[in-house]
Amino acid sequence: MRKELGTFVLLVVLCIALAILNPSFLASANLQNLARLIGIYGIFSIGLGLVIITGGIDLSVGSVFALLGVLLSIFLVDWHLPAAIAVIAVVAISTSLGLINGFLITKVRIQPFIVTLCGLLFYRGLARFIANDETKGFGAAQGFETLQSMATGSLFGVPTPFIILVVISLVMWVVIHRSVYGRYLFAVGRNEVAARYSGINADLITASAYVLCGLLAAIAGVLLAFYTNSISPSSHGNFYELYGIAAAVLGGCSLRGGEGSIVGILIGTALLQVLQNLVNLLGMPSSLNFAVMGAVILIGVIADQLLRQRKAANATV
Amino acid sequence: MSQPVLEMRGISKRFPGVIALNNVDLAVSNGEVVALAGENGAGKSTLMNILGGIYQPDEGQVFVNGNAVEFRGVADATARGIGFVHQELNVLDNLTVAENVFLGREPLKAGFLIDRKKLNSATKTYIAKLGLEVEPDTPLGELSIAQQQMVEIAKALSLNARILIMDEPTSSLTLTETGQLLSVIADLRTEGVSIIYISHRLGEIRQIADRVVVLRDGKNAGTLERSEIDHDRIVKLMVGRDIEEFYVHGEGGVTSSFAEIRGLRTRRYPSAPISFDVRKGEILGIAGLVGAGRSEAAQAIFGVDASEEAKVSLDGHQINIRSARDAIRNGIYLVPEDRRIAGLIVDLPIRENITLPALSRYSSAGLVSKNRESKRAAEMCERLKVKAPSTETKAANLSGGNQQKVVLAKWLSLDPKLLIFDEPTRGIDVGAKSEIYQLMRDLAASGVAIMMISSDMEEILRESDRIAVMHEGSITGILDRAEASEEAVMRLAVGH
Repeated sequence: MRKELGTFVLLVVLCIALAILNPSFLASANLQNLARLIGIYGIFSIGLGLVIITGGIDLSVGSVFALLGVLLSIFLVDWHLPAAIAVIAVVAISTSLGLINGFLITKVRIQPFIVTLCGLLFYRGLARFIANDETKGFGAAQGFETLQSMATGSLFGVPTPFIILVVISLVMWVVIHRSVYGRYLFAVGRNEVAARYSGINADLITASAYVLCGLLAAIAGVLLAFYTNSISPSSHGNFYELYGIAAAVLGGCSLRGGEGSIVGILIGTALLQVLQNLVNLLGMPSSLNFAVMGAVILIGVIADQLLRQRKAANATV
Repeated sequence: MSQPVLEMRGISKRFPGVIALNNVDLAVSNGEVVALAGENGAGKSTLMNILGGIYQPDEGQVFVNGNAVEFRGVADATARGIGFVHQELNVLDNLTVAENVFLGREPLKAGFLIDRKKLNSATKTYIAKLGLEVEPDTPLGELSIAQQQMVEIAKALSLNARILIMDEPTSSLTLTETGQLLSVIADLRTEGVSIIYISHRLGEIRQIADRVVVLRDGKNAGTLERSEIDHDRIVKLMVGRDIEEFYVHGEGGVTSSFAEIRGLRTRRYPSAPISFDVRKGEILGIAGLVGAGRSEAAQAIFGVDASEEAKVSLDGHQINIRSARDAIRNGIYLVPEDRRIAGLIVDLPIRENITLPALSRYSSAGLVSKNRESKRAAEMCERLKVKAPSTETKAANLSGGNQQKVVLAKWLSLDPKLLIFDEPTRGIDVGAKSEIYQLMRDLAASGVAIMMISSDMEEILRESDRIAVMHEGSITGILDRAEASEEAVMRLAVGH
């Protein structure tokens, strides 16, 4: 709880400072766009958070976005498949990729970093090959306007991706923090051996996190594809897995596993998006984007470490 | 006695909440083998860690060759000729023997390249002295545990150690290897090296020690000279009362077969199928040397290390165990040897540890009810007398005895039919030990079949109704109470 609180305070301070420095931060168009991005990023960050809670990692998410975007465009624009079928196909593919990751990690016993690093390379290459390395898009979205509006539209002034994130967060909060499954997830992440000795099917639990991560990546991937509306297979989704990992870590997930919370991941996601927004609004060169983000994450982690050491020192006195 | 080469005077050391050492004295003469005995938590390790420079004492002084010294770190102790062979070996098995011996002070050529020739030849002299017949460039990982230990001793000697601390050096050695180690110690003694020997094995102490210093509750409990060393005297000093008081004898008189294990083959000993019965209400002791395959058998029955084609039946019903889940569903539970790794998730609170194997009992529609969990956990803690501020206390913050009780609480909150204990009292203080024995007895009396794997001969002989002895994966004999004796068990344990 303390960990989330620190990030939350940082987020609030940043928002206030930004609002003072540039009042257009509070302009409804800016806030709406911010909420839309938080929605899209939050959805897959939760998926990455689950994987991180099991002590694993998924580096393939960004490349999966490229693959899903290319396929979605082909299904809808080239093959004229009904929107529902296209979405179901994309979700099924992404979930299967998660299942493959889970299988390789738990049954073949390859390290998650390696498995998903190969995924990162493989799916990116596949996306580029399928698309002939050409940029894909959705044109005027004829015939699937409703689907497009899921990403670009709003409901009572609230961007739909944000609403979808709220719904997913509520469901995942119950699943992670209140259900038997959630308890098992943390138990396996903390100590897989003891979890197995308590009769938990640790492999199944671990693999399920990758499957859920694949599912959430599919939802975010569809929204992202329509949000950008054009998918350049060599760059679409680049680094997105790192945004998710950063959000989870800022939100209190430990890469050692067994630690993390949905609220924390949401705060972490919001913090990253506000930082991006800050770079734009304060007129910094956008090339500094990553540098700002990296610096803030590092400062956050150092502060956390110092607080932790002080706490440990106090505890032993 | 000649001038002591080492003297520790009035050493005290406090940790948060505990006084680990209270005014302890220890003196060692040149070429003397001093055995340091005491229950777990008596302060042996703390005292040796102070001598090794790992801890600094709050009070008291250390003298080496009559000079007062102050060790601020391991390097200071090493410089004064103190070598420490830890119980858990501190060797790197990806390096060679010679690289281990000279780690951090490799002979160099041209200022930065390792002089392999010199490295290997220097190592050879040390390992030859210890009777270790391996080449210096052998990767350490290819050596047995006993040989790796010799490498550690060689490392200490190469640092000119005149005082060698050996912490439980034989705990993972076979009988032959133990004999070899003891003869190396005898050789070192004649060369004037002093040795402080920590061991729970009273037989070895009798064999090798010139003197036994016993600690109890962080204080000197007494010293026995060579002629006075015998088993009962040591134990009496260790526990401070007669041992009979807190071992509860079994009533015996048990009847029908309850659990039948047939043709159990473990992954470690696939060609040695074992079969045995555990009767309702009995404690079946499983004795044997380290590496005899006892834990593996337990893990196979519990399903965590899936065995090949074991036939297990409970009360005449054949059951199929493919995972721990299956075993748990059938009332077969394991209290594992390493409770901090396999028994508990130490970062989680007591409550979550207790309810983990049967969470569905405390949940509806897949959602856990914390209230129901807390109630059950509190009940179990009270029943087992777990000493903890609350059921939300992290298991990591409990003493060994209380941790073990939480592991037990986990299983006793279900319906045990066959309960397997693997080294149930290792690392547990005397008080909690007797509570755990009592609990085992009560469980047996209520009809639970109990298997107790133990390397503690006292425990095996006093607590078991029958004793199955294992050697290299096979059961070499099953002894009744009347036939059981230390000699009989050892004969079977070494395979005769």
